[in-house]
Amino acid sequence: MPTNPSIFELHEVSYNYHSSEVSALENVTLAIGKDERIAVLGANGSGKSTLLRLLAGLAFSSRGTISFCGKPLTEESFHDDTFAFGFRHRVALIFQNPEAQLFNPTVFDEVAFGPLQLRWPKAQIIERVDAVLDSLQIEHLKHRAPHRLSGGEKKRVALASVLVLDPEVLLLDEPTASLDPQSQSRMVDFLIDCGGVKTAITCTHELHIVEDIADRCVVLKNGRIAGDGTPAQILADENLLKETNLLHSHRHRHSSGVVHSHSHLHRGHGHTHQD
Amino acid sequence: MKKSAAHPFIERTLAGFADVLEHAGTAERLSDQRGALQSLDPRVKLVGSILLIFATLCSRRLWVTASIFLVAVALAQLSHIPLRLLATRVWLGVLFFTGCIALPAVFTTPGLKIWRLPLLGWPVTSQGLHSATHLLMRAETSATWVSLVVLCTSWTHLLKALRALRVPVTAVVILGMTHRYIFLLLQLGHEQFEARRSRLVGLLDARQRRKVAASSAGVLLDKSVQLSGEVYSAMQARGFRGEIYTLDEFQMNPRDWFALVLFAALATIVLWLGLRQ
Repeated sequence: MPTNPSIFELHEVSYNYHSSEVSALENVTLAIGKDERIAVLGANGSGKSTLLRLLAGLAFSSRGTISFCGKPLTEESFHDDTFAFGFRHRVALIFQNPEAQLFNPTVFDEVAFGPLQLRWPKAQIIERVDAVLDSLQIEHLKHRAPHRLSGGEKKRVALASVLVLDPEVLLLDEPTASLDPQSQSRMVDFLIDCGGVKTAITCTHELHIVEDIADRCVVLKNGRIAGDGTPAQILADENLLKETNLLHSHRHRHSSGVVHSHSHLHRGHGHTHQD
Repeated sequence: MKKSAAHPFIERTLAGFADVLEHAGTAERLSDQRGALQSLDPRVKLVGSILLIFATLCSRRLWVTASIFLVAVALAQLSHIPLRLLATRVWLGVLFFTGCIALPAVFTTPGLKIWRLPLLGWPVTSQGLHSATHLLMRAETSATWVSLVVLCTSWTHLLKALRALRVPVTAVVILGMTHRYIFLLLQLGHEQFEARRSRLVGLLDARQRRKVAASSAGVLLDKSVQLSGEVYSAMQARGFRGEIYTLDEFQMNPRDWFALVLFAALATIVLWLGLRQ
């Protein structure tokens, strides 16, 4: 549980997609405090992305309640311009698939899209876009078409497109997915301080980055919370990791030439075997 | 399986995808080059070409229309646009399609008979020939000007120039997104057909080819629907509330003003010469 005042509070939240009778999320109760850095862990299909969509106000719970800074996060609350503009300014979501997030003709337009929709003055937009592109070292891509960029560059442009709003909460959906090792390590470097954004919720199933990017872990299994604790506590709980399909076994060839299979937890600079 | 119905269907589809992507790449390269038209403000190019196309359509004299066509060819040369590209991508297509429309006029327009078609005996009149030639020349000239603007301007700038002409922002955004995602879908389609080719052994008959084409189209449609949902969510997440706002950031310099005046003067002269009795 957070010690700081809660930004998000979820009370017995369930969510069903239209086409499915199976709940993507089931009775999730969770409080996310201000300045918390949370890693939401779970295997594919565990409900991580759905949770982020609910927190981003892009989908609304089928049952239960979600509140943002004490105000209910419902479809109706987004009909109020003041709430909608305030929320979109304060909460930013980075999608897993940058192809979906990058829909403008140039990188500059892409980054300027958010501030323009929030009706910022033009001079401020131009100044802020330049500053963000510069801080992420993608100034040189300014006039390029986003769809012509590499995977790592696309991710950085996607980051710029939300950081430009200077949000208070950053929601990241598998930010290191499909990146080459160098881009992945750049992304982890970014996630360590999230460009100054203090509250960050990162969905991932890559355990080796968790200790670097979070001070709290929430583990999801089949849409339910299966674990909640510090990264050290969660990573030490081998049974939990195995149950939630986060700990995998694969075969290794040792220097002696012997090949055998064991549970395997990759960490930053090496890996820990759990035979 | 039949030998005649081999992979060519998939090969042809892949070649088609590659051709479209290559054409888009060529157009982008040309718009990045240094040249007479490339150096102008996109709004000037757009307004100038619209004025000249309007004047061309109003012109009743073939030599005036032909002169505007020659000006376009000269500008293409000054802008390093290969004439071969214009000939294959623009002129031949226009010649074929407009030719189909213009051909009957050669035989049906009353006037001085100058020749008779062998076997069928249809008369070719001088007025008919003139009308058909003029229609063709107008179509070729207009298409050449449009192509020059498109080839010498990046798509982004072209869209922004449209905004400067007060084209509704929604229409411009839809055009921009169509251009953006058509390439993604082309790429997906290309990968889909390559994956199919990599697993195909033997030859496909006509029925199987139809099946491949239909299922691929279905999968692409499904993917595009899914992607459009994601894109909409991404727009909403950044504050989109049904109305799009964009930045227009063009600056006109003296050279652009001069070119605009030149285009306007040329269009006026064409109108005056073309409409004079």
